[in-house]
This record gives sequence, structure tokens and C-alpha cells, in this order.
Amino acid sequence: METVYLYDGSFDGFLSCVFDSYVYHEEPLHFWDQDSREPTLFSTRDIPTDPAHAERVRIGLGRISPEALWLVIRGFLTCAPDREVILFRFIRRLMVRGRPLLRQLTDDTVFPLRKAVRHLEGEVHLLKGFVRFSDFEGLLAGEIRPKNRVLPLLRPHFCDRMYNETFLLYDRAHREALVYRPGQWAILPMESFRMAAPSQEEAQYRRLWKRFYDTVEIRERHNPKLRRTHMPQRYWETMTEFQGEDYFRPAQPEVPGSAPLPGGSAGEEA
Amino acid sequence: MDVMDKLTILTDAAKYDAACTSSGAQRRHRAGAIGNTSASVAGCCHTFSGDGRCVTLLKVLMTNCCVYDCKYCVNRCSNDTRRALFSPEELAELTIQFYRRNYIEGLFLSSGVLVSPDYTTERMIRCLDLLRSRHRFNGYIHAKAIPGTSPELVTRLGLLADRLSVNIELPSERGLNALAPNKSRQSIFRPMGLITNTLRQNKEELVKYRHAPHFAPAGQSTQMIIGATPDSDRHILSLTQALYDKYRLKRVFYSAYVPVVENTLLPSLDTKPPLLREHRLYQADWLLRFYGFRAEELLDEEDPNFNPLVDPKCSWALKHPAFFPVEVNDAGREELLRVPGVGTVSAGRILSARRARRLDHEDLRKLGVVMKRAQYFITCKGKVAEGVKLHADSILRNLIAAERAALPGTETEQLSLFDRAV
Ligand code: SF4
Repeated sequence: METVYLYDGSFDGFLSCVFDSYVYHEEPLHFWDQDSREPTLFSTRDIPTDPAHAERVRIGLGRISPEALWLVIRGFLTCAPDREVILFRFIRRLMVRGRPLLRQLTDDTVFPLRKAVRHLEGEVHLLKGFVRFSDFEGLLAGEIRPKNRVLPLLRPHFCDRMYNETFLLYDRAHREALVYRPGQWAILPMESFRMAAPSQEEAQYRRLWKRFYDTVEIRERHNPKLRRTHMPQRYWETMTEFQGEDYFRPAQPEVPGSAPLPGGSAGEEA
Repeated sequence: MDVMDKLTILTDAAKYDAACTSSGAQRRHRAGAIGNTSASVAGCCHTFSGDGRCVTLLKVLMTNCCVYDCKYCVNRCSNDTRRALFSPEELAELTIQFYRRNYIEGLFLSSGVLVSPDYTTERMIRCLDLLRSRHRFNGYIHAKAIPGTSPELVTRLGLLADRLSVNIELPSERGLNALAPNKSRQSIFRPMGLITNTLRQNKEELVKYRHAPHFAPAGQSTQMIIGATPDSDRHILSLTQALYDKYRLKRVFYSAYVPVVENTLLPSLDTKPPLLREHRLYQADWLLRFYGFRAEELLDEEDPNFNPLVDPKCSWALKHPAFFPVEVNDAGREELLRVPGVGTVSAGRILSARRARRLDHEDLRKLGVVMKRAQYFITCKGKVAEGVKLHADSILRNLIAAERAALPGTETEQLSLFDRAV
């Protein structure tokens, strides 16, 4: 009997599905979370999230190999369209074959999983560089729109780098935010987030960066195709150097005689 | 002059330097300090400029004023151009503010020679010292050691920076004499040797005393200009090999010469930068560093320059038919690495996957092997891939076609020029 599992979309929820599939001796056809539910002719089963069940699956995987658990955790963060099915098939076969399966890179349950995880890790790597923060009176805020759920993997990097800062990094696509203040972090669901207009100082640093970016190109080597290969255009949306004029305009018009700007003359003259 | 103007002038003057990586240093955060240079961001690009080059560091000159007169350089004293000078304070502040916003991984500081090499270096040291002590900047710093700087100052610079570099610029002494009258082979190799020795001593000290200060933990690199002088690829690659062997350099960078001045000793102003040649040199450099090739294997007196049509590895493979085919199920790592289309990552995957079972051609695709190239040089379980003909002419033609798509735009144009010449 073909069955579709309905669960709450959480990782623990998915592990509960795995647990229950062994209880009911069935191989579900799909795993639908709240957002992906649709009318179906298949029979459905509601799987309640049970942390104790999830923990038992976690321990089971970790006992086979920590790498297996690591793969499953990452696999769940990927944007592969049927990631639950990919993970489920992998786990089922892993239970039978044990640790040697991990080395069978061309196996049809291992290959799709590794491929999806590579895509996730590639995106994480790029975003370590492409994230842009703005300073709002000491609070740093940035936004991204990734395909995969990258925040859990970006967290260690940015929390280390910005150890003494307070910051917020918002994921527009998955509507969650990484928030940090010294020594404390959290990843929270957040329906929407809008960045305030920049202060004069912030606007000036944006302009300085844009100027640097435009100047550092060697025009004789202009090569937009190569640039797009290394930096796909979908990332540009949230990067300072590709924003329109408004982005560089401060919230308040400049007041003559106010505090000197970072771009104003300072220090000695050349 | 305001910071915006200075930044514009001093970026414009620094942009021809090719080095822009932040690899090799590993420092986690420290309490009260700003930033890290964690291993996880090695090779981390923060953006790509319109020419497709990776931008990692705030790459600027301290000043573009210069008392020297190197003929190939925009900053030479005889050139009529706007000059600017960062104060150490404003450059430090700019670096910090760019870094906090995640625009950059750190600072790449070079300079024209203001007054004298020592005077200039002291000014650079002041800026780096401000960054490290006052701002407690813990991110990446790459500093240029200017030929002719006294050893004490180079040492101080190295204690503040993660990486040092002395640029060779012109790959031969003849070129240097003709085009850089104020520099000599000696003035370049002396500081380079000094840095190599200090690095070695520092390593020993660090073994003995855990808290000994770190001297340029990310090592030393250099750069050569390609196409300003008539030196052959063979000459450049042998020099590169010697720099890796003798001076233990971490990286050698190549920069295609962009004509900036009319001079009878230099290529004319309408010469296009030799991008394809630069590309081939980087490919060959990669083979030296990660694939176990030696310079003398890749080029010899008969063929002193790279084939523009196919990459150096394919070129080597075509010249050594006796080495192939390689049986992927039995070959060692070194052998696999010599197969066109097999990289360091896919070689590792092959070694791992074949322990589970013997591989066939379809498996290799999944392991990331570029079959369009590899298929001519391998067997799986003794068999050549279906439909593949091992005919020298057709292999060459197919290899050329296989790489064409991967070459960036301008380079393809250059290739079609070669096509017409063939
Ligand atoms: S010393 Fe450096 S900056 Fe000065 S002219 Fe020569 S290459 Fe240019």
C-alpha cells in the first residue's frame, strides 16, 4: 500500500517518520510538511513529532558512523526537491549495509545525497564572502536569499569572526534569522524583516565600497561572463556593490557643519 | 583631498597586482579583538570585479608617489598622474569598517617608494601596527616588502603581516636592467632570501617556545609580469619551479601585462593583455604544486612555449602516448593525477569508491571525472569507453573543442584568432 507521511517539517519530525516507518513496516512514497500538502489518492498517515523517537534514530545513525549522522543532518538542510525521500532511502540502505555504504560514492542512494550536500556546502562557502552587513548604531544587519538552508552552517563562521559584535543575518527565502550577541546565538523564524535607511556614515561606507569595487576592475580585461561563472547573478540582489542609487542615500539629508564623515578630509594631506 | 579621492587613486594604482588570496593563516577570534583568519575561509572571495577576478582583500597602495622610474609601471616618477597618500590612521579605519561589513577578508598593502624604501616601509608598519594594536585587528594582512628595505624593517613588517611578498615583476635580469633601472636582481632576491630564512628560523623557534611571535604565518609569495619582455614560458616556469624549491614560496602569481605607456622597449599601447598565456601559466603552476609535475617535463628547448590550443596537462598527455591508457581500477594516485580530466578531488574519490567495487565508465562521471577529456586516456576493467576512437588527430580536435566552452569569453576570442592561423 502506497503511503504518504505527513509531518511538521522539523528535523525531529522527519526522524520520527523514519522511526515510525520501521514500526509500520512501510516505505512511504512522500514526506509532506505543512507547506507541501496537496490532495492525494494515496493513503496518508499523520506522524506526530516525538523527540524520544528522533533521538533513538539519531543515536542509531551515530553508532553506525558519525559521518552518516553528519550527512543526514546536512542533507535535511539542502534544497533537493525530494530531500526526505533521498534521506529515507539512504538511511534504509545504511541500516542494511552499515558503514561501508558511505564509501560507495556511486551507489544510487549515496550519490544523490552527497550531490545535494555538495551543493549546500558550495553555497555556504560562497556566502561566507558574499554576505554584506550594514551598521545601525553598532548593530550589524545583513540579508541573504539562499537556495539551501545555510544559516546553521554559516553560524560558526560568523559567530567566530564577529565574536565581539551584535548582529542579525536574515534569510529571506526560508524566513529565519541568525541573531547573535557576544557569547549567545539563536536561529529564529522571522516572518519578515526590513532594513532601515542608512545613517550618513553607513551610506558613506557603502559608497566607498562601491567606488573601490568599480575601480579595482582592469577594464582591458572586462569579462562579465567570467564574473557570472564565479558569482551567479542570484547573489547580487543582496550585495552592496550591485544596489541602485537609493541604497547609497542616507536617511537624513546632510546638514552642513555636522560631524565629519568618514569620506571627509581627515589626517594629513598627500 | 578626501578619502573617496584617495581610495580611487590608490586602488586604481594597485589593481594590476594579481595576488588576492587570504589562504594559509589560521587564527580564531580573540577576546576583545576584531575578526579571524579561520581555515574555513581559505580561498574565500568576497566579490568578483567586472573582469572576473576574485576580490578578497582591500588592495591599495599606501601611496602612488614613487621616486623610481620602472618603465612598465603607471606610478613611475616620470608619469604625469594624480598622486595621493593615505595617512596610516585613515587607512586603518577604512580597513576596519570594510571588514566589519564583511566586504573584505583583510588588507593587501603595497606602496610606491616615497623618499626611500625604508621611509615607505616605516609608514606601512605604522599603519599595520595601528591595525593590530589599537584596533586589535585579527584579520588577514598581506604586505609588500619593497626591494631595498633594510632587514630589520622587513622583519618588523613580517611580524605584523600574515603574508609577505617581494615582486620579481620581470622574469629575467635583462628585462630588469632595461625596464627597471633602479632595481636589480640582487635587490629583489636579497629580501626574498631573508624572508625565507626568517620563516625557517621562526618555525624552529615556535617549536621551542610556544609563544614566540609569528613571522608571516601564511608565508611568502611573488608576482611576475607576463608579456612585457620576450621571455619564454619555459623560462618563466623554470624560474617558478626554482622559487618553490629554493625559496619555499607559497604562491607565484602571473599578471598579463596591460600596456600603460608608450615605450620602444615595451609592447605597443594597442597590444591586448596576453590572457590566454597567463591562463596557461596558471594551469601549469597548478600542475607543479598539486599534481607532481616538474617544469622540465612540461616544456623543453624544442617547445619552449605552451600550446594555446590545449591545456598543459593534455599537451603532456598527447606527447606521452606510452604512459596511457591508465587503468582506473589499479593505478596509483600519482598516475591518476596525470590523466586529463581527473583532478585532485576526483582522484581521491576514485581511490575511495573503488575499494567498494570495481568502477566502470558511468561511475567515473558520478565521481566528478570530466569524461570529455579523460575518456581518451583511461580504461575501466580493461575496456575503453564505448564509441571512443584513439586516433591522435581526432583526440586533439575533440580536446580542443572540450576546453573551448570552459574558457572565459575574451580568451575564446583569442582562441579563434589562433584557429585562423592554424
Ligand atoms: S618602484 Fe614600484 S611603484 Fe615605483 S615605479 Fe617601480 S614598480 Fe612602480
